[in-house]
Amino acid sequence: MSELEDFRASVRSWLEENAPKSIRGKVRDPALAYWGGRKTPLPFPEAKVWLDMMAEKGWTVPFWPKEYGGGGLNKEENKIFNQEMARLELPPPLTGFGITMIGPTVLQYGTEEQKKKYIGEIVRGEVRWCQGYSEPNAGSDLANIQTKAVVDGDDYILNGQKIWTSYGDLADWMFLLVRTDPGVKKQVGITFLLLDMETKGVEVRPIKLISGNSPFCEVFFEDVRVPQKNVLNRVNGGWEVAKALLGHERTMIANAFGGRVAPEKAENPMEAAARKYIGFRDGKIADSVIRDRMAQNQMDESCFLLTVQRNSDNIKAGHRPGPETSIFKVYGTELNQRRMELMLSILGPECLGWEGEGFEQGELDLCRVWLRSRGNTLEGGTSEIQLNIIAKQVLGLPDK
Amino acid sequence: MELVLNEEQTMLDQTAKNFIKDNSPITRVRKLRDDGDPLGYSKEMWKKMAELGWTSILFSEEDGGMGLGMAEVVLVTEAMGRGLAPEPFLGTVMLAGQALSIGGSPELREQWLGPIIEGEKALAMAYQEKGGRYDITRIKTSAKKTTNNYLLIGEKTQVLDGFGADAIIVSARTSGEDGEAEGITLFLIPAGTPGMTVTRQWRLDSRNVALVQLKDVEVPESNIVGTVGKGGQLLSQVIDQATVALCGEMLGGMSAAFDRTLGYLKERVQFDVVIGTFQALKHRAAKMFMEIELARSVVMAAARTLDGNDANKEILVSTAKARCSDAYILVTNEAVQMLGGIGMTDEEDTGFYMKRARAAEMTFGDATYHKDRFAALKGY
Repeated sequence: MSELEDFRASVRSWLEENAPKSIRGKVRDPALAYWGGRKTPLPFPEAKVWLDMMAEKGWTVPFWPKEYGGGGLNKEENKIFNQEMARLELPPPLTGFGITMIGPTVLQYGTEEQKKKYIGEIVRGEVRWCQGYSEPNAGSDLANIQTKAVVDGDDYILNGQKIWTSYGDLADWMFLLVRTDPGVKKQVGITFLLLDMETKGVEVRPIKLISGNSPFCEVFFEDVRVPQKNVLNRVNGGWEVAKALLGHERTMIANAFGGRVAPEKAENPMEAAARKYIGFRDGKIADSVIRDRMAQNQMDESCFLLTVQRNSDNIKAGHRPGPETSIFKVYGTELNQRRMELMLSILGPECLGWEGEGFEQGELDLCRVWLRSRGNTLEGGTSEIQLNIIAKQVLGLPDK
Repeated sequence: MELVLNEEQTMLDQTAKNFIKDNSPITRVRKLRDDGDPLGYSKEMWKKMAELGWTSILFSEEDGGMGLGMAEVVLVTEAMGRGLAPEPFLGTVMLAGQALSIGGSPELREQWLGPIIEGEKALAMAYQEKGGRYDITRIKTSAKKTTNNYLLIGEKTQVLDGFGADAIIVSARTSGEDGEAEGITLFLIPAGTPGMTVTRQWRLDSRNVALVQLKDVEVPESNIVGTVGKGGQLLSQVIDQATVALCGEMLGGMSAAFDRTLGYLKERVQFDVVIGTFQALKHRAAKMFMEIELARSVVMAAARTLDGNDANKEILVSTAKARCSDAYILVTNEAVQMLGGIGMTDEEDTGFYMKRARAAEMTFGDATYHKDRFAALKGY
């Protein structure tokens, strides 16, 4: 026990001494998240210093093994570390697909050489990763990918196209699924590759969305050479890796939602908006239908967050994750959409502003955020696919 | 607050579920209904439940109970809900029993709590009046002080577990106007007291509810539960607890109805395949599953906030009741749709759950009522 307390004391004094004053108390400000890599702009001036300081201690990913650059903390130490970060309300120094998706997957499937190279780069925030999964004809039917990889000497030669690649324009490396054997069952002929985005023949084009922003890209491959040593797991063993990565992704999503269980602010943004745009009569929101929808929405959110908490309490108590885990993606995203729709109703005509004079910044932002939210139930597996998964894997309903 | 069962709770959960499975199938409820059994439940079964300790969970050790909490109560009511066991847990333990436990004089506690815990006596709480909907302050029943006693006049409807009860606690106005929180007093009236008539009412769920008519019923001051004029507050507190116990029952009911539906989807063949292969039904089943999972989380949370006397307990009680009301209705309506014509027959058990879902929805406030209360508590 005293060893853990010593550890807590040392973490606390180190953070007190080193964490930049400007980011304390800003744990939930998404604008402060730093995605690392060579192309990402710094979200705040001290971001790089904060990253380097933390990376040197392995504290960008404190629970990864020390031998590859992680912090090597055990469960109890990691919990203490998180508590101490929370105490100063510090945002994590680094985020991104390296930490949440490909890192854990490399640790699980990588060779010693791969672990040394990639894990170290991720921990130090040197490389930003993107995910090359979806293709024009492989969305919900992901196993239908057609990007071809053909052996040529020590390399593969890649031809094909990926689409809906999140932040493909800001990433340094891509992990992707390619077809290495077209002659077998779809799932069997797929290989998991790691690709340097600087390689000749890779072209990235951002896609403009209905929100006017371009968080997604198309990525084209024309005779792109990838060394065979960049295969993760065995050749034609990519589908297994993809599924494992999905598991890491879901755990991370669950944890991310779990992190949102925090004491509520005095007045949440929805209540503030109702006060401003609708007004109160006799102590109640003047529009009783909006008031009812708000109560419903907040109740839904509360029940959802309690379910996330139940899942994490269950895991903490040493049980396996229960079937409730499967609902996080579909319910969480649909809840967010309902919240956005309700916000539009609350703002009324003021939510229609696209740009320019006569609209407040918050009004212009909401319009874009709402449009963006429509994609929540598509990306990362559509709601329909998630419901299929629940029906099959949790409820045991047969395919045929 | 931790939303996970500890070892003792896991054991209680298992024991309760097994007991109901082995001893209280729907055929038992069906028979009670078909026989027109006036009591609507079995005294023997109630005694057995008491022997298992279910009636003693919530009472303090001083009063002869176990001194446990709502976290344990909801496990028992969930099990009862799975089998729609109609024994008088809500009326006897959660309403009258808790009102006595919190507000009863030492004499009243001494006289009544032992027999309640032993499963020897059944009690009820008469708080609802026609036209009052879910507002416990809208009562016309009055209690006028005489020299030594109070004289009660009025009528209470759908009194849970009221028929055949050994005593009924009645809310009556001793001062103030209809709709005011202040001025309500709770009186314990033993069965057989002159002027009190208890008539069985028949609802769609065939549970024991009664019409209680009071014509110049004399009640001594010593039978007041709690403080004169402050009965409304005591009643609210007790009803909040009972609401969460009922939510546990609803969770059990919706889970059982869902299991039944899921089983049917896996066995019913049409177009040469089981209908569970159809995506239109799969997605609806998955949505029901989500609603039940959310209901489970909020029921656990509401029970624990009551046990911890947390500041947000009322908000969570309302969230739980609104959720369970909506989810139970969704699941049972969908069950009948998915079972098709069979779901419409009396021979199929699903109808029992659908009927109970409606009765439970409209006990202690429906979803609309609780959304309104939630918004008011949140300050909007």
